[in-house]
Amino acid sequence: MERSYEKYFRQNRLPHLWCPGCGNGIAMKAIVQAIEKKGLNQDNTVIVSGIGCSSRASGYMDFDTLHTAHGRAIPFATGIKLANPELNVIVITGDGDCTAIGGNHFIHGCRRNVDLTVVLFNNSIYGMTGGQASPMTPTHKKATTAPYGAVDRNFDACKLAQAAGATYVARSTAFHVQHLTDMIAGGFDNKGFSFIEAIVQCPTSFGRKNKMADPAKMMMWMRDNAVMQAAWDKLPADKKTPEKFPIGLFYNEAETDYASAYDEVIQIAGGAK
Amino acid sequence: MNKAKLMQGNEACVEGALAAGVRFFGGYPITPSTEIAEGMAQKLPAIGGTFIQMEDEIASMGVVLGASLAGKKALTASSGPGISLKQELIGYAVAAEIPVVIVNVQRVGPSTGQPTAPSQGDVMQARWGTHGDHPMIALSPWSVREAFDTAVMAVNYSERFRTPVILLMDEIVGHLREKVELPETDTLDIFPRRKPACSRAEGYEPYTPDEDLVPNPADFGTGYHIHVTGLIHDETGFPVGSPKITKEAISRLHDKIEVARDEITHVEEYFMDDAEYAVVSFGGSARTAYEAVINARNKGIKIGLVRLITIWPFADKAIDELAQKVKGILVAELNYGQLVGEVERVVAGRCDVQLCGKYDMTIFEPEEIEAGIDKLIAGGKA
Repeated sequence: MERSYEKYFRQNRLPHLWCPGCGNGIAMKAIVQAIEKKGLNQDNTVIVSGIGCSSRASGYMDFDTLHTAHGRAIPFATGIKLANPELNVIVITGDGDCTAIGGNHFIHGCRRNVDLTVVLFNNSIYGMTGGQASPMTPTHKKATTAPYGAVDRNFDACKLAQAAGATYVARSTAFHVQHLTDMIAGGFDNKGFSFIEAIVQCPTSFGRKNKMADPAKMMMWMRDNAVMQAAWDKLPADKKTPEKFPIGLFYNEAETDYASAYDEVIQIAGGAK
Repeated sequence: MNKAKLMQGNEACVEGALAAGVRFFGGYPITPSTEIAEGMAQKLPAIGGTFIQMEDEIASMGVVLGASLAGKKALTASSGPGISLKQELIGYAVAAEIPVVIVNVQRVGPSTGQPTAPSQGDVMQARWGTHGDHPMIALSPWSVREAFDTAVMAVNYSERFRTPVILLMDEIVGHLREKVELPETDTLDIFPRRKPACSRAEGYEPYTPDEDLVPNPADFGTGYHIHVTGLIHDETGFPVGSPKITKEAISRLHDKIEVARDEITHVEEYFMDDAEYAVVSFGGSARTAYEAVINARNKGIKIGLVRLITIWPFADKAIDELAQKVKGILVAELNYGQLVGEVERVVAGRCDVQLCGKYDMTIFEPEEIEAGIDKLIAGGKA
């Protein structure tokens, strides 16, 4: 089997630091396969990440890469895109990075519709710091800071993105690799803020605390509970159990992206070349 | 020379930044720096640049760092609480060596403090606001024209040393209106963005320093595939856990500024030729100190003014020379006493050092500094 995607990795930076069984590598590979599928120019594509397990991906990927501060990937990415709109800017973030410390940047990035593709690796936990509850840890699930189960209600990041104004919103999982790749590739096609939630397994920090320490079993959980959007719409309410969740393209409406809108400002102000 | 104009300090800061090549601004509204954002919103698109109002001060700092990495000279402006919020990413810019200018139009703190009132209470925050060991360059103008000049200087230093530079204005100068004649842009020395000296194939490493100890990380999108991180990294740009590399990396960040210290430490002296005493001041307060010194001279006191334009790195050399020359130094600053500690450190007991501090939301009156001078001469007795 041809491994043509290998050219997108910094071979001298591998192997990665993720735990055995971690789903982040699957999501990272899905991103580069989507890059390959859409033929994005490697010299013209920038990967921006925050802080956490997900965000270590940038160091392994052979592009211009930026490992920012915790929660701040979207503002940095916004600056890059607006300073040079010719660049393809991809953000890799995690559930804590994006929806807790970076939550404000996330919703305002959606609102502005800056042409970014944001892939959130949702492992439901703070992995790098050893398994604390995040805003996307499901209620009642256990974490080191939620030893009796999480009290907080968890975010649905896709609904949040859509409500805040993202123009492309999708979800997939590490089990549905081809589908995940397609969802990310679709995000590249959208000229605007694209958000893809990639559900990934964290056997070490989330699984062990929640009776799912086996990564294969975690992936089978994804297989058994993820429901394609079309089927989800037809699913009777009593079948939509708390474990079940929809995957697929939830929203995609073309709207003027920020850089294009600002080009009009430059025209009005007389700054066009 | 351009025609004379009546202009505010904050406006002159905008003009200076644009003249120095700033083409990207990200900010958030805050008194008393808002006119800088407003000026940028008006002027940047007219020259093909980009202004963006961000959701908060942290995002404002992040967006300018992103723009700088993508090749645009970038600036943000804020005050008090906003500058506090920016601190983490100021440290990021130090560590990742990203050129950027942060304007702080100081107001009274701590916290929300007195938002519309002048202060110089951020002297130590400018130096030590972000965590960890780091160098810092901070410049403080005393006039509208100098707000222009120091804005140019700040952008140039940020590019030359690939480091954040703080333009430490105060509300006095920020909101002051004066007649100014600004220089034509083509008469200015502008430091261009540093470029890689060789290709990837020739073994380019983004954080290998030049002879001046400053590296040349390539702008994003130029084909170099560099990695930028706030983690301690080696010359390749990738993080390393080695004690040796960690020490070398932190040392070089300091050394690249230290080797140029004399050149970038700007100090101006007035009436110092025969002076037996000196007032040390900076920014808006130095204007009042200047008048107080003239009034004291008229009373027959041999006193001069030493005005710091560069606040950080501190003017150790100038103050050391001063300590050998005068009997006493009065430090006039609009705060509870910050710069005075640095003066005492350098003077190290060789002459008397006294503080003329003020932190009641009003500017100095000349008489207040004159009273400080009288007390200094009386050996600390009022």
